[in-house]
Amino acid sequence: MPAELYLNVAVGGVLTGLVYGLMALGLSVIFGVVRVVNFAHGEMMTIAMYIAVTLFTAFHLDPLVMLVPIAAVMFAFGYVLQTRLINPFITRPEYSQFLLLVAVAIIIVNLLLIAFGPDAQNVQTSYGYDSFQIGPLIIDATKLYAGLAAIVVAAALFGFFQYTRPGTAIRACADNYTGALVVGLDVKHLYALTFGLGAACVGAAGCMLLLIFDVTPAVGPAYTLLAFVIVITGGLGSMPGALIGGVLIGLTEAMAGLLFTPSAKSMFAFGILVLVLLFRPQGIMGKKTS
Amino acid sequence: MIARLIEGVPRRALALLGALLAALVAAPLVASDYLLTVLILILYFAYIGQAWNIMMGFAGQLSLGHALYVGLGAYTAASLNVHFGIGPWLGLLVAVPVAALAGAFIGFLAFRFRVAGVYFAILTIAVAEFARVGFDHLSWTSGSSGLFLPVAQFTHNDLWHLRGHPVMFYYILLAAAVLAFIFCRALLQSRVGYFWRAIREDEEAARSTGIDVFHYKMIAVVISAAMTSFAGVIYAFYYNNLFPEQVFHISRSIEIILGPIVGGIGTLFGPILGAVVLTGLAETLTAALAAAGIDLPGAKQVFYGICLLLVITTLPDGVWPWVCKRIGLAERNK
Repeated sequence: MPAELYLNVAVGGVLTGLVYGLMALGLSVIFGVVRVVNFAHGEMMTIAMYIAVTLFTAFHLDPLVMLVPIAAVMFAFGYVLQTRLINPFITRPEYSQFLLLVAVAIIIVNLLLIAFGPDAQNVQTSYGYDSFQIGPLIIDATKLYAGLAAIVVAAALFGFFQYTRPGTAIRACADNYTGALVVGLDVKHLYALTFGLGAACVGAAGCMLLLIFDVTPAVGPAYTLLAFVIVITGGLGSMPGALIGGVLIGLTEAMAGLLFTPSAKSMFAFGILVLVLLFRPQGIMGKKTS
Repeated sequence: MIARLIEGVPRRALALLGALLAALVAAPLVASDYLLTVLILILYFAYIGQAWNIMMGFAGQLSLGHALYVGLGAYTAASLNVHFGIGPWLGLLVAVPVAALAGAFIGFLAFRFRVAGVYFAILTIAVAEFARVGFDHLSWTSGSSGLFLPVAQFTHNDLWHLRGHPVMFYYILLAAAVLAFIFCRALLQSRVGYFWRAIREDEEAARSTGIDVFHYKMIAVVISAAMTSFAGVIYAFYYNNLFPEQVFHISRSIEIILGPIVGGIGTLFGPILGAVVLTGLAETLTAALAAAGIDLPGAKQVFYGICLLLVITTLPDGVWPWVCKRIGLAERNK
C-alpha cells in the first residue's frame, strides 16, 4: 500500500511541477533575452488568476477554456510594461532594475487587494473531484488537465522560437545584442515581444494553477521566489531546464509534504537551490559560461 | 584620526552634520510619542541601510536577504534571554558572531564557486527563506507561534537589561547610527575601502592588480552581517515579540535595502536620507489617507509603490546625489 501512496503523490507532484515549470519558463525566457530578472513574476501570475476567477464566477467560463484569451491579455500587459517602463532600465545596474520591478510588484499586490479583498478565492469546476484510475495509480483530473495544458503551451513556445521568423530574431538578440542591431533587428520591439511572451506563459500557468490552488493577493511573492528557485535549478535562460526544474521542485515539494510536514515543503525547494548554486551554479541544463 | 576623517569635507557639510546631530539629540525633548516612534524607525533603517551599503554600495555584492542577519541577531539574543536569563549585551556577544558566521558561510560558498550578480542575490534570498521556514519549525524558539520576551515595566530605564521607555531605544539607535556613519567613513578611507571599490567597479581588473578578491569580499559580508545583527538584538528588545514570518520575511529584506537605493547607493549619507524619505513618505501617506477618509487596505502601499517608481525613474542615482548638486555639496566619496 505505501508504495502506491508514494507513487500517487509523486505523479501529482510531477503534474503540478509541469505547471510550475511553465511559470518559470516565462521568467527564464525574459531573463535569457532581456537580461532583466522579473521580480514581479508571481505577482503577474496572480493578475491572470484573478481574471480567471472573475470570469468563472461571473460567466462560468472554465479557466482552461479562457487560457488563450487570458494569456493574450497578459501578453499585452507584458508588452506595455517592457516598452513603457523597463526598456530605459536595461542598461542600468541590477539593483536599479530590482527596485523598479519591486515597485511594480508592490503596486500589483495592493491593487488586487483593493479590488478583490484579502480572502482566498478558487474555482469549483464540474470535474474538480474527478480522478482517473490507471492500475494502482489514482490521478486527480484537475492536475492531469493542468499538466497536459502546460506541456501543450510549452511545446507551442518551443515551436515559436525554433520555427518562426520573430522567434529566430529573438534568439539572435539573446545570442548577440550588437550583432542583432547590426543586421537591422528592432531590438526594443523584440524585447517587448519577449517580455509579453514571458507574461503570457505565466498567465497561462496561472489559469492552470487555479485548478489546483486558491489565490490570494499575497501569494504573488511566494510564486516569484518559487519561479527563481526553479529557473536557477534548471539553468537560467535554458527553456528545457525550466521545465525540468519545475518537475524536480514539484516532485520535491510533494514528497516533502508527504514525508515531513506540508508547511516545511518550501524549505526543501530552497535547500535544492542552495545545493545547485554551490555545485552546479549554471543549473542542471545551463551552459557553462566563463 | 578625527582630522583624517573630516579631511576634504567641505565646511558647509560639517556645519550641516553638526546641526543635524544636535537636532537629533534634542528631538526627544520636544517630540510627541508618535513622532518618537517614527524617529526610532528612521534611525533603525538608517543604521541597517548603512550596514547593507557596505556590501552593496562599497563592495558591489547585492544581498537581498539581510533579514537573515536581523533575525539571527534577534532570535539568538532573545532565546538566550528567555531560556537562560542572559542579558542583551551579553547576548550580543553570541548574536553577532552567529550572524557573522552565517554571512561568512554564504560568502564562503558563493565566492569560492564564483556565484555572482543575480545568482548571488538569489542565494541570499534562498538562505533567508530557508531560515524563515526552519525557525517556523524550531521548537526551541517556539516555532511559528512566536517568541515573547517578558514585557517591560516603564517605571525606570534599565539600560543593562534594555527594559524601559522608547526614548532609551531612541538614543541607543542614534548612537549606533552615528557610530556606523563614522565607521563607514573610516572604512571608505582605508585600504580595504579602496580595494572594495576596485572590486565593485571591475572585479577582473581588481584581481589582476593583485587584490585578493575573495578575501576582501568576505570581509565585506562579515562586517555587514555583524553590524546588521546588532540592529536585530535591539529589534527583539524593543518589540518584545518575534515571529519567523515577520522577522525573516523577504519583505523585511526589501525594506532594508530600499532606503540606501532611494537615498543613493555607495554614498555615506544615502542610507540616512533614504530612511528619512521612505519612512516619512509612509507616515505622510497614512496621515493623508486618513484625512481624506480613505480606509482601503492596500491604498497606502499602492501610492508608496508609485512614489518608488517615480523616484527610480527620475533619479536613478538616488536622492542624495541630486540634493548634493542642489545645495552645492559635491559628494567626495562616490
